Amino acid sequence: MVLQKFDVIIIGAGVAGAAIARELSRYELKVALLEKNPDVSFGTTKANSGVIHAGYDPHPEKIMARLNVKGTALYPNLCEELDVPFKNTGSLVIAFPGEEKALDELLERGKKNGVPGLKIVGKDELLRLEPKINKNASRALYAPTAGIISPYELTIALVENAVMNGVELYLNTETTDIEVEKGKAKAVVTTKGRFYADYIINAAGLFADEISKMVGIDYFKITPRKGEYLLFDKKIKLVSRPCFPVPTEITKGILVNITVEGNPLIGPNAQDVELKDDIATTREGLQEVIKGARKLVPEIPMKYVIRNFAGLRAIPSTGDFIIEAYKEVKGFINVAGICSPGLSAAPAIALEVVEILKNEGLKLKEKRDFNPRRKKRIRFRELPDKEKERLIKEDPRYGHIICRCETVTEREVIDAIREGATTVDGIKFRTRAGMGRCQGGFCLPRIILLLARELGVEPVKITKYGGASVITPLRVKEILLQRKA
Amino acid sequence: MSMEYVDVAVIGGGPAGMAAAVAAKENGAERVMIIERDRGLGGILQQCIHPGFGLHYFKEELTGPEYAERFIRKVEELGIETKLDTMVLDIDKSRKIHYVNPEEGVGYLEAGAVVLAMGCRERTRGAINIPGTRPAGIFTAGTAQRLINMDGLIPGRKLVILGSGDVGLIMARRFTLEGAEVKAVVEIMPYPNGLARNIMQCLIDFDIPLLLSHTVTRIFGKERVEGVEISQVDENFNPIPGTEEYIECDTLLLSVGLIPENELSEKAGVELDPVTNGPVVDEFRQTSLEGIFAAGNVLQVHDLVDDVSKEAEITGRSAALYAKGELRAREILMKAIPGENVRYVVPQILRRGDGHVEFFMRVTKPMERVKLVIRNSDVSFKRLFARPGEMMKVKLRESHFKRLKGKKEIIFDIVEDDD
Repeated sequence: MVLQKFDVIIIGAGVAGAAIARELSRYELKVALLEKNPDVSFGTTKANSGVIHAGYDPHPEKIMARLNVKGTALYPNLCEELDVPFKNTGSLVIAFPGEEKALDELLERGKKNGVPGLKIVGKDELLRLEPKINKNASRALYAPTAGIISPYELTIALVENAVMNGVELYLNTETTDIEVEKGKAKAVVTTKGRFYADYIINAAGLFADEISKMVGIDYFKITPRKGEYLLFDKKIKLVSRPCFPVPTEITKGILVNITVEGNPLIGPNAQDVELKDDIATTREGLQEVIKGARKLVPEIPMKYVIRNFAGLRAIPSTGDFIIEAYKEVKGFINVAGICSPGLSAAPAIALEVVEILKNEGLKLKEKRDFNPRRKKRIRFRELPDKEKERLIKEDPRYGHIICRCETVTEREVIDAIREGATTVDGIKFRTRAGMGRCQGGFCLPRIILLLARELGVEPVKITKYGGASVITPLRVKEILLQRKA
Repeated sequence: MSMEYVDVAVIGGGPAGMAAAVAAKENGAERVMIIERDRGLGGILQQCIHPGFGLHYFKEELTGPEYAERFIRKVEELGIETKLDTMVLDIDKSRKIHYVNPEEGVGYLEAGAVVLAMGCRERTRGAINIPGTRPAGIFTAGTAQRLINMDGLIPGRKLVILGSGDVGLIMARRFTLEGAEVKAVVEIMPYPNGLARNIMQCLIDFDIPLLLSHTVTRIFGKERVEGVEISQVDENFNPIPGTEEYIECDTLLLSVGLIPENELSEKAGVELDPVTNGPVVDEFRQTSLEGIFAAGNVLQVHDLVDDVSKEAEITGRSAALYAKGELRAREILMKAIPGENVRYVVPQILRRGDGHVEFFMRVTKPMERVKLVIRNSDVSFKRLFARPGEMMKVKLRESHFKRLKGKKEIIFDIVEDDD
């Protein structure tokens, strides 16, 4: 086992870990990002609403409130640097008769939190903005700074940019213990060996309580709260921006939303579950989502559903983000309980962590050659003809369409593999191949063969998302031959 | 960017596209071109390596690739041009086709007439909203067929198949022949969906149980499918609590319907029939846009490729006539409307209402000894049975049209035959 010494180790390559890694890559530091899954963004980050919230929701005294508003303000520039699609759509909270007071409270809270541009719009304005909204709605809170993003695209981009700037990414590397010596965190023990570090950052999402327990800090617990969703074919349109009901104390409610790629999305419900890997959808849950969404938009054509899925929120027992260093264990920093608005807050969380590290004695010297820009991503389907023509001349594999629903080319798939995708889901999250209306029916066999060819492995080894998720485990005639033997 | 002109452009090189192109050429279209997204012609037939094709059209039993080969040879003999590995991105009303391929890059083609022959795709888990986990091991039947027959890969050892569509039935047999175990075929309807001969040859002959009025209500397994829960359903297709049963398996195949692939047609502005999900066409298989025609599964999902070839002949001939200026624009003369126990009728529109017109329709429920009646007329036809899984066909001839003269609508009813 190789002995490796880092200045900072980050456990978990979800959006929080990725944002921290990218922020730290500005400085002359040796940083490692450890992820137990075969790819980044495979946990809570991949399955949520993809909303960058304006920040009127959290109570003003919470860390959530401050970091949400600050994080959201950082998004337009961050996404421009990283070439990640972000749409500043604004958002609406829709009130029905009797709920107007709650809306005013939200407005007041938003003002206290420093959310810019909030206003109450009347029914006419609401229906002009969103013609499909229930005609019984009375008014709405409009938040112009809110937007939509693809959380996994962002996370992939953050990590790519961090790696470009020197951060070392270790996939398939699960943390099993943290060694503490004389009140100081010393090393992360993983399934891939021991990593020594001066500072260890716990950004392990749902498992942050378990990681924290490894150093003896166990005053909080993370509860998985499931949210189920239904995703629709982009050929139909429900709304142009996230539309929320009036929130309750535990959730922002079931929203009618649109993804940054234009697919209508409804959900999530909120259900506390036992297991941290219980991402199964349920009949009751999906019914609840449909019913909830129909309160806001009565006409939802179910025949255009292309997928149901669920994600888990990492709900902290403290009710707020836990972002702190400890006297008892020097060099250990928790970034835990990053539930909603965690995605919105992520860029600000990263800055907060840098501040904490500085206070804890880490020397920060800016790199002269830090490059904030990620290499421009080629999204063939979005390019004008001339550009398409030029690319195909440069490489004919741009003229070979692999995913016909989303118009993804062979070259884009190959690029995704070169950038680190090793699984079918890895390709999907990087290129959108398999995300369209046929859900991979057409491209799956082609992707399996491309992955096998490019990675130099047998097609029977290709997985959906690592581990035992092998897609086609056998060669033709193999069962018969086994039986003979 | 050069703008090439062809008389008839056919989008899709499967059975419908090839038959339409051949008919167009044989009916005098000079330049006929097939645009195909795969590397070769044949479409879905190439992965259908089982026999049973061609009994009607060629009067002999062929495999899918053999059936395709006959048309490929004709396409070559007649000098029909092809663009392979070419994806059409857009078609517009003026019949300009925007495409992309590795050799030419982005290109445009102008066509005297366009034939839509893009086929269909399979309904997915999302469309039927099965709850549960999302592990590896869930496939549509056609994707599994491609994996086994084209790529030499077997998706799993122990299967449950949801839906008794023909592709699912064929795959039940194919997996069994590979040594895999098909635990059950589960069908939500109270009757099977596929052809009677496939139920016999693919399930009964192999002792594979068919569970009617059942559906999959949950999928289990984290990384790979570990099992499914099936439940009986009531007359409204809702699962009946207490009837849940767990079946251990590593693979779930879905054969839950085919959807005509009309995204290009929709973008062009072609009117679609909400029941067939295919274009509304007249007896010439002309869509609501002049000079744009349709054939095969893009128009309506067929049971037999033989019917596709026959339908595409009408389409190809009409496209050739249109390109030569011999198919005059006409007002709608009458509409064909599905009546009692009929889900849909194709063609939906008649512009001439003479000669021979063959109508294709599907019934809503299985019935024995029926009469197909045109409402408020003395035109009727006897049939031994009607089944949703088997398309019903009826030919109206000159003599019938004389008796239907003056009608704006012809409504097809299927009723029990009391005589």
